[in-house]
Amino acid sequence: MHFGKICRGLFGLLAMLHLGGAAIAADSIKIGFLDPLSGPFANVGEHGAREALLAIEGVNAAGGVLGGSKFELATFDTKSSPQEALISLKQMTDQGIRFFFMGNGSNVAIALSDAVSKHNARNPDQTILFLNYGAVDPSLTNDKCSFWHFRFDADTDMKMQALTNYMAQQKGIKKVYLINQDYSFGQAVTKAARAMLAAKRPDIEIVGDDLHPLGKVKDFAPYVAKIKSSGADSIITGNWGNDLALLVKAGKEAGLQADYYTYYTGAAGAVTAFGEAGAGHVKQVTTWHSNIGGKTAGDHNAGYRARYPDVKDDLYYSSIRESVNALALAIEKARSEDPAKVVPMLENLKFEDDSGEIYIRADNHQLVQPLYISTLVKANGKDVKFDVEKTGLGFRTDARVEGKDTVMGTTCKFQKP
Amino acid sequence: MEFFLVTLLNSLSYGLLLFMLSSGLTLIFSMMGVLNFAHASFYMLGAYFAYQTGLHIGFWPALFLSPVIVGVLGAATERFGLRTVHKFGHVAELLFTFGLAYVIEEVVHLLWGRAPVDYRIPAELDFTLFTLYTTQYPAYRGFMMLVSVGMLLVLYLVLTRTRIGLVIQASLSHPEMVESLGHNVPRVFMLVFAGGTALAGLAGVIGGNAFITEPGMATAVGSIVFVVVVFGGMGSLGGAFLASLIIGALQTFSVALDYSMLDVLARVGIQIAPTSLWHGFWSITISQTAPVLPYLLMVLMLIVRPRGLMGTREG
Repeated sequence: MHFGKICRGLFGLLAMLHLGGAAIAADSIKIGFLDPLSGPFANVGEHGAREALLAIEGVNAAGGVLGGSKFELATFDTKSSPQEALISLKQMTDQGIRFFFMGNGSNVAIALSDAVSKHNARNPDQTILFLNYGAVDPSLTNDKCSFWHFRFDADTDMKMQALTNYMAQQKGIKKVYLINQDYSFGQAVTKAARAMLAAKRPDIEIVGDDLHPLGKVKDFAPYVAKIKSSGADSIITGNWGNDLALLVKAGKEAGLQADYYTYYTGAAGAVTAFGEAGAGHVKQVTTWHSNIGGKTAGDHNAGYRARYPDVKDDLYYSSIRESVNALALAIEKARSEDPAKVVPMLENLKFEDDSGEIYIRADNHQLVQPLYISTLVKANGKDVKFDVEKTGLGFRTDARVEGKDTVMGTTCKFQKP
Repeated sequence: MEFFLVTLLNSLSYGLLLFMLSSGLTLIFSMMGVLNFAHASFYMLGAYFAYQTGLHIGFWPALFLSPVIVGVLGAATERFGLRTVHKFGHVAELLFTFGLAYVIEEVVHLLWGRAPVDYRIPAELDFTLFTLYTTQYPAYRGFMMLVSVGMLLVLYLVLTRTRIGLVIQASLSHPEMVESLGHNVPRVFMLVFAGGTALAGLAGVIGGNAFITEPGMATAVGSIVFVVVVFGGMGSLGGAFLASLIIGALQTFSVALDYSMLDVLARVGIQIAPTSLWHGFWSITISQTAPVLPYLLMVLMLIVRPRGLMGTREG
């Protein structure tokens, strides 16, 4: 008798809790964040999560979407592994989350994009949407494109196009060394650099081409010795996270005199590793940096510093903010939080960010925005107002490439539902 | 020439660091028959303790304090863990250390988080020691070598010139005989375990800031250290020393070798078209296979000479 009563009581309690949960979910839209939060790239993932939270808080402070619904961030650890990321994706869908950000590791992104397509084909009523803020293997918007995937960062080829156009004008460059991570993204950088340099500056000699294991090399001294002996005057590297910081550290210790052409210097400790010695010798190609000018770029950077006063790093991605804002706009336009209705609104969506008006291509779901080539120099309070990682060094724009000049052809053919 | 000398120095400093790690492991392995899977975890603890204590007392006191803490932890592990498990045989001991490695990693996650900590080289050692042709050689690497060689000397003197050293040496090859002569072998075991883990801790203190201090650092070196011990031959410090240097050199130099089977085949006149199915396989360069080479070496050694380079006991 008592047992039955207790059971009923517990059941009632559970039902109440469940209803309570549902009541909260009604006025919040959960967004997953899938990135490495442990392992060699944990610092990069944690940084991304901070920016995502900041961007979401921005939307919420402005009143949320659909008449007051707030975004809510839920983080999942991919451990930089495609298998682990797929488990995270399963956990996420089990919790009923329909949108997610991801940005680190193109190999992970390709696996996720594929899994999302399959999931949506099987569950047309429970579709999910992939907002990619940093996985830049071109195949994600070409042969391996998915109708449910949108990329807000520029891909390897777009960035390499801008970088090599700039390098082609630098007459001092004679010998270039390529060092990249041995996985889909690093291989894509190598391939693009070789092809584009050969076309634009056939006189430049590629004196070395290394692919090293991703996130496993703790001591780059042997690679630096190799770079030195090759006589390279410039290095092109797509390395990110500790793979860049440690490469730079080893280079500096050995007194390597070369200019670095990079993708990710502004993030995760690389500027700290360069220090004063890097001033004038380090260039990066990005969609944004804190000194691109305009009022909002400075505000965004100051906002990040004010939100996370204890953290030593700085705002790096514009793509996270852009993806959150684009999602909010598309949900408003669709009057729905159903990804199947949001996707058509994201296509051809035009919106504003720090560099002006930007738009999303409908044919491959790539955001089109200006690119910046910048050099690491001493902050001077004028055109280099903000430094990075409190080093006294910041980025100065050398060239701005307009969005329309970054557009490239695509082989993407969507499998539309 | 410049490249060769610089790489030689790099491989030497890396090899000596490997030796610091493997010397303790090989002593423990040969005395107690325990393949201590948690050995590299003590290396990691050494780095983290040095980082944490260094925040308050500076690098130099931490250099001494951290290995001592790790050694005490090692002694406690032997006294209250391994010794209890010992009566259930080697498999139980093996499983114990295997589990311990995971426990330590999780504890590190809880205490210090999953991201790398900012454990830096002390400012006093952050300068260029000398310039070789055009390459600067950092003073810290010199310091690493100095500590390793110093440790090697001390270890040699303790093992050959002191009474306890003689007992340890005897226990390496004839533990039963030593016990029947009236020596407290369990206590010797505890001392060796504590000493071995303290050495790993010391390696962590000087390796943690030279490379990077993160929760994955134990797994990263863990398997390599086993290769060193097996390759060098168990029970042989000399073998471990030689194996450390060889594997250090192998890993460092192979980075530079951009030759693939494709080049070899081309030399004998066989061309393989880039469209061929096997082109990808043949074009793998030695530098790309660098991470695998030590394990290949271990497998070959086990087939050809199971007792290792300078091992004293079979199996």
